[in-house]
Amino acid sequence: MNARASTKVFVTLFIAMHLIVILPGFFSTQGYAEQSRDVPFAPPTRLHFVLADGQFSLRPFVYGWDRAALDTGTYEIDRSQIYPLRFFTTGSPYTVVKGWVATTHLLGAEKPGRLFLFGTDDFGRDEFSRMLYGGRISILAGWIGAAIALFTGGIVGLISGYSGRWVDSVTMRLVELFMALPWLYLLFAVRAILPLRIETTDTFILLIAVVGIIGWARPARLVRSMVLSAKERNFVLASRAMGASHFHILRKHILPQVSGLLLTMAAYLIPQFILAEVTLSFLGLGIGEPVPSWGTLLAELQKYNVLVNYWWMYAPGVALVALFLIYHWASTTIQQKVEVPIA
Amino acid sequence: MSEQSKSRSWLQLKIVLAGALFALTLLGAASKAQSPQPTAEIGRAGGRITVALRTDPKTLNPILAVDTTSREVIGAMQADLVHINRQTQRTESALASSWKVSTDGHKYTLQLRHDVKFSDGAPFTADDVVFTFQLYLDEALNSPQRDLLVIDNKPIAVKKIDNYTVEFDLTKPYGPGERIFDSLAILPKHSLEAAYRDHKIGEVWGVNAKPEEIAGLGPFRLKSYVAGQQLLLERNPNYWRKDARGKSLPYLNELLFTVVANEDAQVIKFKSGETQILERVGADNFNLLQKDSSSKSLCLSDVGPGLEFVFLLLNMNSVDATKHADIAAKELWFRDLKFREAVSLAMDRKGMVRLVYGGRATPIWGNVSPGNRLWLSANIQYPERSIDQAKALLKSDGFSWDANGALLDSQKHPVTFTVVVSSSNAQRTKIATVAQDDLKQLGIDVRVVPLEFRALVDRVMNTHDYDAVLMNLVNGDVDPTPEMGLWRYSGEMHLWDMGEKTAATPWEAELDKLMESQMTTTDYATRKKLYDRVQEIVAQNLPLVFLLSPDILVGAQSTVGNFRPGILDPYALWNVDEQFIRPTGATCH
Repeated sequence: MNARASTKVFVTLFIAMHLIVILPGFFSTQGYAEQSRDVPFAPPTRLHFVLADGQFSLRPFVYGWDRAALDTGTYEIDRSQIYPLRFFTTGSPYTVVKGWVATTHLLGAEKPGRLFLFGTDDFGRDEFSRMLYGGRISILAGWIGAAIALFTGGIVGLISGYSGRWVDSVTMRLVELFMALPWLYLLFAVRAILPLRIETTDTFILLIAVVGIIGWARPARLVRSMVLSAKERNFVLASRAMGASHFHILRKHILPQVSGLLLTMAAYLIPQFILAEVTLSFLGLGIGEPVPSWGTLLAELQKYNVLVNYWWMYAPGVALVALFLIYHWASTTIQQKVEVPIA
Repeated sequence: MSEQSKSRSWLQLKIVLAGALFALTLLGAASKAQSPQPTAEIGRAGGRITVALRTDPKTLNPILAVDTTSREVIGAMQADLVHINRQTQRTESALASSWKVSTDGHKYTLQLRHDVKFSDGAPFTADDVVFTFQLYLDEALNSPQRDLLVIDNKPIAVKKIDNYTVEFDLTKPYGPGERIFDSLAILPKHSLEAAYRDHKIGEVWGVNAKPEEIAGLGPFRLKSYVAGQQLLLERNPNYWRKDARGKSLPYLNELLFTVVANEDAQVIKFKSGETQILERVGADNFNLLQKDSSSKSLCLSDVGPGLEFVFLLLNMNSVDATKHADIAAKELWFRDLKFREAVSLAMDRKGMVRLVYGGRATPIWGNVSPGNRLWLSANIQYPERSIDQAKALLKSDGFSWDANGALLDSQKHPVTFTVVVSSSNAQRTKIATVAQDDLKQLGIDVRVVPLEFRALVDRVMNTHDYDAVLMNLVNGDVDPTPEMGLWRYSGEMHLWDMGEKTAATPWEAELDKLMESQMTTTDYATRKKLYDRVQEIVAQNLPLVFLLSPDILVGAQSTVGNFRPGILDPYALWNVDEQFIRPTGATCH
C-alpha cells in the first residue's frame, strides 16, 4: 500500500470512528443503561447464516437462549426460533441533540430476539452499545483536556518566550512547579470538595478540565522554545524595526510558526487525555454509573473472575488501542508535514 | 470472637464498608436448612493449620484490640468465661463451669473451673476475673469492651466470693444474660498487675512482645512473629479443655497466621493447599472455587446469610432548612410512608442477589436475617416486588407523572435524589446501580455518588448532608440488644433521624419501649414476643429499606477435621481448639 492509499484508509477510519461516537444512539443496538437482568455476562450473540434445514440465508439471523438453561446460569442456544437481523429498526429512544429524540437504530434483531454483538456485562447491559457511548465520553475528555492544555500552554509559552526577562523566569518556574505536582492526589482532593448534587457529566468535565489545566505546562515549554528562536529571525527583527506592535508580531509572524507545533501537540495530547480519563474512571473518580466510559468499562476487568472468564469485556480496550493507533498516525503525519520537533 | 464484643455494645452496630480492611466480603444466597448439630469428632494430635490474614495484627492486648485481625489472633490465645457456640448460637460453659442467676435477674454467680493454669503455669482464680473486669471497666484505658459492660449508664459490678466463685451485679435484669461474657478474654493478674499499677497497660503485649511475656488461657500461645509475614502460635500445654475421651485439647501443634493482603492471592494460596482455612471470601471467588473444588479436595461452605444487612437509608433528619433547602424539600417525600413503601416495592432484591452476589445472598425486608434462627419473626409477610403496585401507591398519594414519565410530587416538582455509596465497595455500587434502574421505572431519577467511606460516615452521622445512602450494618450477636442504638429514638445509631429529643412518631415511641423492655426481661419467650413486635413495626413503617443479607462464605481443605463454621465472627476458627488435621482428606459435610 503506498503512502497515499494508507492515508486514505487512516482518514476514513478516523472519520468513521468519530462519527460512530458522535452518534452512538444510532449505531448502538440499545440504550446504554438498559438492563436485561436475566442474562448477565451473556457471551456475544453469534450471527447465523445457515438455517436448520441446511439452507443458506443471505439475511443473517440470531437464536435466543434456552430459558431453562438460563435459570441455571448457562447459555445454551434455543434453535426453535430464529430472529432475522434488520437494518433501521425501531428500538429504545435516544437523544441526538437536545430536544431531538430518535428511535431508529442501524441494526437490530426482530423482536423478541436480542442482539448482543459484544455480549453483556454483569447487569445484562449490551457491551457493544456501552462501548459506543463510552467512546463519546472518553474522546470528549481527550478533546476538552487537550484544548484547555494547548490554549493555556500556548498563551503562556508565547508570552514567556516573547517577553523574556523576569516574566520568562517566573512563568518557567511556575511550569516546573506544575510539572512536579502530584496531580492524582490533587484530583482526589477536588472530587472530595465537590458537592454531591452535580451531574455526573459535569463532575467529569470538571475533572478533565483540572487535568487540562495541569497539563498545560509541557506545551508551554515547547511553545516558549519555539518562540525564543522565532523572535530572533530576520523578518521578525525587520518587522520590529519597522515599528510593528508586539501584538502584530505575535499574531502575524510568531503564531504561524508555532501553529504546526500546536497541531502536533494536539494529536499527541488527545490520546494522552483519553488515557487520563481511563485512569480517573478506573480509580472511581470519573463518570458515575450507569453512564459508561471506556475507563469504567475497563475497570470491570479489575475483578479476577471477569478477567479470566469473560473475554468480551476486553472490547473497549481493543477500541482504545485502535483509536490510539489512528491518533499516532495523525500525529506522525502532521509532524512530517510541518517538520517540527516534538518533545 | 473479636469483632462481636465490640459491636455488641449498643452504639456500635458496626458499619462495615466496602472493600477496606474490615470488609466482610460476603455474598449471599438462600439460607441453608440447619443440619442436625454434629458433635465434635475425636481428632488426632499434631499438625498445623495455616490461615491467611488480610493485615498484620495491631496488638495482642485484648484490652486495646479493636480491629478484626487482632481480635482473631487474640481469640486463639485467650479464653472467656462463657462462650457462644457459633453453630447453635447458644451459650456454653467455658472458664465458668456453671452459673446461677438471682431471682430478680440482677446477679450472676459464676462458678469457675478448678485446676486451670495459664500458659505460663500460674493458676487461674477469681482474682484474675476481678482484675480483668477492673481493666475492661477502667475509663482511663478506654477499652472498646467498656460500653458493652455498662448497662443503662451503670457499669456492672464484680465481686469475689471465694477463690472459685465470682458474682456479677448487672444493675438490672439484663436480657442477653450471660452472653455478655462471650469473647471477653480473662487476663493473668500476676503478669499484668505491675503494668496496670504503673499505668503502662497500653504498652504491654504489643505485637513485638516476647512470647514469654504473654500468658493466656486459650488453646494456643505465641511462638514467633515476623511483621508483614506471619504470626506463629504453638499449642498451650496447660489448656483446660479436654475432648470426649479426656484427651487434652487442642489437637494441633501449631496455628500459623500468614499475612496475605489481597483476596485473590488468598484464594490462590488456599487452592494450592498453602493455607488450610479460608476465612472470608467473596461470592465471585467462592463460585470460581466451587467450580473446581471436586477435584481439589476443598470443602467450601456457604453458611447462609450472616448478621450483615444492606439497606437504603432515606434521610429523615431534621436539617436546617435555610442551609439545606433542597434536602428539606426531599424529606417531605422520605417522611411519607407511602413513598417509602413504593420505593421498597420497586426494589428487585432477587435481581440484586443474582447479579451482585451470584446468588450468594438472601433478600430481606427487615433487619433480622434468616440466619438469625433464635429471633427471626415467622409471622411477617412481605410483599413481592411490583412496579404497578408501587405506581398505584404513589398515585393515590398525590404523585403524578409528566409526559416523559418523570415522577412529580403533589407540588409538581420532579422527584429526583442522589444515593451515596462507599467508593471502595464495588458490590455496594452495583446494588445501587440496580436500585437506580428500579427507581427509574417509577419515574424517579436517581444519581449514584460514590464517596470515600469516611466522608460517607461523616455525612450520615454528623452533617446529615445527603439524600439517601446505600450502606450496611453488621450485628455482633444474634441477640436484639445490640440494636438498641438503632431502634431507640435517642440511640446513637438511629440513622434515619439522629438525635430525636422525643419520639418523632408514635411507632418510634413504641419501638423505644419495646427495645427497653426486651433488654430488661430475662425470659426468652417474652423477649421474643417483644422483638417480634419490633420486627412488625419495622416492616410496617420502613424506617430503612432493607435489601439483602450476604452469605457467610468460608472454605477448608478436606483434611481439616471439626470444621464447623457459623455466622458469628470468627466464622471458621471459633472452635480451633477442636480442629485437627486428618492424614487423608474426608468427604465434606
